[in-house]
Amino acid sequence: MPTDLHYLAILPEIITAATGIAIMLLDPFTAPQHKGRLGWLGVAGLLAAGVAGAAQSGRTMTAFGGMVQLDSYSVFFRWLFFGVSIGTILISLQYLKREGVHHSEFYALVLFATTGMSFMAASVDLILMFIGLETVAISTYVLAGFKRSDPRSNESAVKYFILGAFSTAVLLYGIAFLYGQTGSTRFDRVAEALSAQGPSAFFLVGLALLLVGFGFKVAMAPFHVWTPDVYEGAPSPVTAFLAVGPKAAGFAALVRVLYSALPDMENHWGDVLGLVAVLTMTVGNVAAITQSNIKRLLAYSSVAHAGYLLVGLVARNELGISAVLYYAVVYALMNLGAFTVVVIWSGAGETRVHLSDYAGIGFRYPFLTGCLSLFLLSLIGIPATGGFMGKVFLFAAAVQSHHVGLVVIAVLNSAVSAYYYLRIIVIMYMQEPAAQVPSVEIPVPAAVALVLAALGTLLTGLYPSALLDLASRSVLAVR
Amino acid sequence: MIPASHYLILSALLVTIGVIGVLTRRNILIIFMSIELILNAANINLIAFSRQLQDVIGQVFAVFVITVAAAEAAIGLGIVIALFRNRETINADEIDLLKG
Amino acid sequence: MDSFWLIPILPLVGFLANGLVGKRLPKQAVAWIACLVVAASLLLSARAFYALMQVPPEERHVIHPLFTWVESGDFVARFEFLLDPLSAVMMLLVTGVGLLIHVYSVGYMWAGEGFYRYFAYLNLFMSSMLLLVAANNLLLMFVGWEGVGLCSYLLIGYWYFKKSASDAGKKAFVVNRVGDFGFLLGILLAFLTFQTLDFQAIFQQLGPEGEFAAESGKWGTLSWIAFLLFIGATGKSAQVPLYVWLPDAMEGPTPVSALIHAATMVTAGVYMVVRLNPLYSLTPGVSGLVATVGIFTAFYAATIALVQRDIKRILAYSTISQIGYMFAAAGVGGYAASIFHLSTHAYFKALLFLGAGSVMRALQNETDILRMGGLRKYLPVTYWTFLAATVAISGVPLTSGFFSKDEILVRSFSSGHTVIGIVGLATAVLTAFYMFRLFFLTFHGEQRLAPELRRGIHEPPPSMAVPLVLLALLSLFGGYGYGYLEGFLEPVTGEPLPARGEHSEALVLLTAVASGLGILAAYLFYVRNPTWAAAAQQALGGAHRLLWRKYYVDELYDRLFVHPLKRVSDHFLWRGVDERVVDGAVNGTAGLVRDLSGFLRQMQTGYARAYATWILLGTVGILVYYWMGG
Repeated sequence: MPTDLHYLAILPEIITAATGIAIMLLDPFTAPQHKGRLGWLGVAGLLAAGVAGAAQSGRTMTAFGGMVQLDSYSVFFRWLFFGVSIGTILISLQYLKREGVHHSEFYALVLFATTGMSFMAASVDLILMFIGLETVAISTYVLAGFKRSDPRSNESAVKYFILGAFSTAVLLYGIAFLYGQTGSTRFDRVAEALSAQGPSAFFLVGLALLLVGFGFKVAMAPFHVWTPDVYEGAPSPVTAFLAVGPKAAGFAALVRVLYSALPDMENHWGDVLGLVAVLTMTVGNVAAITQSNIKRLLAYSSVAHAGYLLVGLVARNELGISAVLYYAVVYALMNLGAFTVVVIWSGAGETRVHLSDYAGIGFRYPFLTGCLSLFLLSLIGIPATGGFMGKVFLFAAAVQSHHVGLVVIAVLNSAVSAYYYLRIIVIMYMQEPAAQVPSVEIPVPAAVALVLAALGTLLTGLYPSALLDLASRSVLAVR
Repeated sequence: MIPASHYLILSALLVTIGVIGVLTRRNILIIFMSIELILNAANINLIAFSRQLQDVIGQVFAVFVITVAAAEAAIGLGIVIALFRNRETINADEIDLLKG
Repeated sequence: MDSFWLIPILPLVGFLANGLVGKRLPKQAVAWIACLVVAASLLLSARAFYALMQVPPEERHVIHPLFTWVESGDFVARFEFLLDPLSAVMMLLVTGVGLLIHVYSVGYMWAGEGFYRYFAYLNLFMSSMLLLVAANNLLLMFVGWEGVGLCSYLLIGYWYFKKSASDAGKKAFVVNRVGDFGFLLGILLAFLTFQTLDFQAIFQQLGPEGEFAAESGKWGTLSWIAFLLFIGATGKSAQVPLYVWLPDAMEGPTPVSALIHAATMVTAGVYMVVRLNPLYSLTPGVSGLVATVGIFTAFYAATIALVQRDIKRILAYSTISQIGYMFAAAGVGGYAASIFHLSTHAYFKALLFLGAGSVMRALQNETDILRMGGLRKYLPVTYWTFLAATVAISGVPLTSGFFSKDEILVRSFSSGHTVIGIVGLATAVLTAFYMFRLFFLTFHGEQRLAPELRRGIHEPPPSMAVPLVLLALLSLFGGYGYGYLEGFLEPVTGEPLPARGEHSEALVLLTAVASGLGILAAYLFYVRNPTWAAAAQQALGGAHRLLWRKYYVDELYDRLFVHPLKRVSDHFLWRGVDERVVDGAVNGTAGLVRDLSGFLRQMQTGYARAYATWILLGTVGILVYYWMGG
């Protein structure tokens, strides 16, 4: 059995998990009004994990008997996940206090989920991939229901749990077939066995069920049905986290498994994902048009964006995967940013989440609404924002591989999407405000998160080369 | 020796029962039990393949799955209890505050 | 020190300065910042222009790289600007006219709220347009392209508290997005075809030695690229069928209309076609379409303008019509003529809007020309400058508009596009008619003002009057440099088409006659007849019979000429086609999407078991797909 344990290879994950445990252990010793300190401990742990990850960048090694792979790809996603989790904690600090649910388990759960996401990106084995995925899922089930006394939060958790457990069971059933037909759970051996003997009927069943499981994770239509309900009911910082973290992790693992384990099947999964991409974009954008709750609207928008990301996967070339990585980062920035504004503006009890609650606040809260407008413009794909460059890369990759029809539909979709994003801007700046505009204070940590997200959105739009270079160097590890 | 196909047929039956259970039962706990059936069907597959391939990995995987399923069950029950406290129901068809 | 890159950046600096701290600055400071950055851009453009003239024509092509914007495998896009005769002329025009509009706006917007916001948007607008003009590749051009769309949305909806204004802003943005959809697809297809987006590299492949020379004349990939890009142009430049946003766009402050209609935004499409003239020259099918759409738009918009009463709406339709001329010129291969008309149009259209703004300002935002009249004695400066612009747009001989319009007609006839030439001539008659109708009804005849408006009519302050006078001079005399302009643009637009041909003298005469006919008709209808009627009425002491007779004459004219035309124009073209068909198509599509959206909402029942069913159905779908051997 393996002697190459190489604990150093998973040092960042060890740090995040240990920090999570430390937070739970320290909880009894922390006075209720000081729970925020444990949040900062979580941030410190994530930063330390990021530094540990940075120390490993450039190295490539396999650990734990070929289950974990340390390479530029896993480093890229680790940083993304740590960043997302830091952002989530920053916007939660004030929120949890405001909602009266300031329990330190929240931070611990975020860290455990981060550990799981990190493993999803680093795993080159179906077992570890499954465990990482379940770690994320179980942590986020709890997070979705974190406001225990709020029936909507309960409902969100229950639906997420039932459907999530159902889809992971389906995924597992598929994985069992992949294992049975190739004799291994390791990606490289699966690929070898496939090129030696070709796919059997059972193998195709396994592939189909694998796609279903990931389809649920990243919210591809028609497996997206849970997203609007769960996103609406979950506490807003959790929604932000769900929309960016687990979704990006799903894409990270999906890209890895498709390209490392199933390269010979690329026509099989490519065709299906192409159809699913069209459906996902269209359903997401069309359904978003008539939404009046901003969390729900952003939920559908996140479905649509999963569709755009799939376009890069379907392209099946280097630019395509680089673009997926690039867009995953940009998507995280703009969504986290948009949800931060939602968190701040929603007020105690999350009472202001209707679009009409945003009427006329444009010039009262120039910072909040200015940032939100930027994120929305980026989501539309207006030039000079990261969202534009990301779409250009994704679509250019698909054009390169001659998926012109898909690109036409994607561009048409993003034209449709302008309508509902723009509506929010119009409501903020061009409608009469309510008789009494409520006053909100902007907590400093959330403001920091907001500024960072806004800067990132602009920077990736004006100077995309740096990130794209990093992304294209990272994908070399996968191909 | 019982051939692997017998196990696969058994697990396929379990999956079918599980899926039908998820789709037709209203009690959340029974829905959850149906999901457990699917998970265990997968376990049977893993172990059957493991024996057929003379490879221990499948069994290891199954042990992991059992662990994960236990964790999932614990969390699931917690969530259902929180729901029951607020709504006094565990009927899946009565939780529809969030829709559209 | 290479300072060329500052030209688009300086207005951006102005935007940031005013946008971030403008709220706390005094109005004077805001105005100075906004105007100075544009003035500096103008000076730099002039310097670049001068530098370009110092070198021999074949070297007039300077690339100013800033940094490599995007680089990934084959996909390279540089952030770099191109200085060549075309971009130099355009920049000079944009900054020059833009500066005058900025200066004018200081006086015009002084009293309103959000002074700093207005100037911040205005600077951003300039910056986007300059970026569009200076870009050396399609992707960077698209950034400017979207930028002007966004700014127009901000500025048209500037008075956001007016519902009509915010609706108009939205309409402008959404219609532009439809066009941009085509444009973006065109860019992607161009990238797929040429593996690059740099203008020079594309033109090389299109050249005689390039691999695409063989495709010349056939409807192939090149045609599709040209066609898709032209769809973008119809949106941005308000051509049929995507023109619908422009007439509503007058909801913004009037100087903004001047900027949109004259120097920026709507000329972007024309510029794009001229910039890509090697592509359009190789695709005669698309060029023919460009010319046809252009001339049809010119005529169609002119007929609509005949019956409108709102001063800004008439000017808006006249812009659509004039841009149509430019596309017609570009479509028949007269690229230099197209740019020439673009520049003269910039002068007189800016002047017309600023003059209209001056009138509205004096009359407390009255826009109905039937409720004006006789303003000549109150607003002499506005009157004379407006007259200069009106004669120019009507093509009165020796004014700038005459030369540029004549050039377009000559190009059309000499290149064998007789129908386009004839429709162009007819449109020239209509143009002269509706413009002088507007002019006479506003400034001549009896005063029909509401009594409370009669008091306090006064000329604008010098900061507004000076731009008017300068633009008036340009409108009158800006056409004399054409020979030089054509030669200067030659490296970009290629050899001029067959020389002006033998009939060109006759055509000059025809152009003049067309203009004269239109003016004469307007005079008869709106000056001669009312005075005559008024005099008669006075002589007979207000007798009913004469009143009846006056009415009868009006009715006669109405029946014989105005009414049928009005019927066609008003009820069919404007109400019918414009509102029913075009808006109907837009609304119909929107309604369909909305219905679909509602359907999807119904699917989202809220029941977890229903969702599980969807997941199962999806799974079965994929399994069946594989089972069928997909």
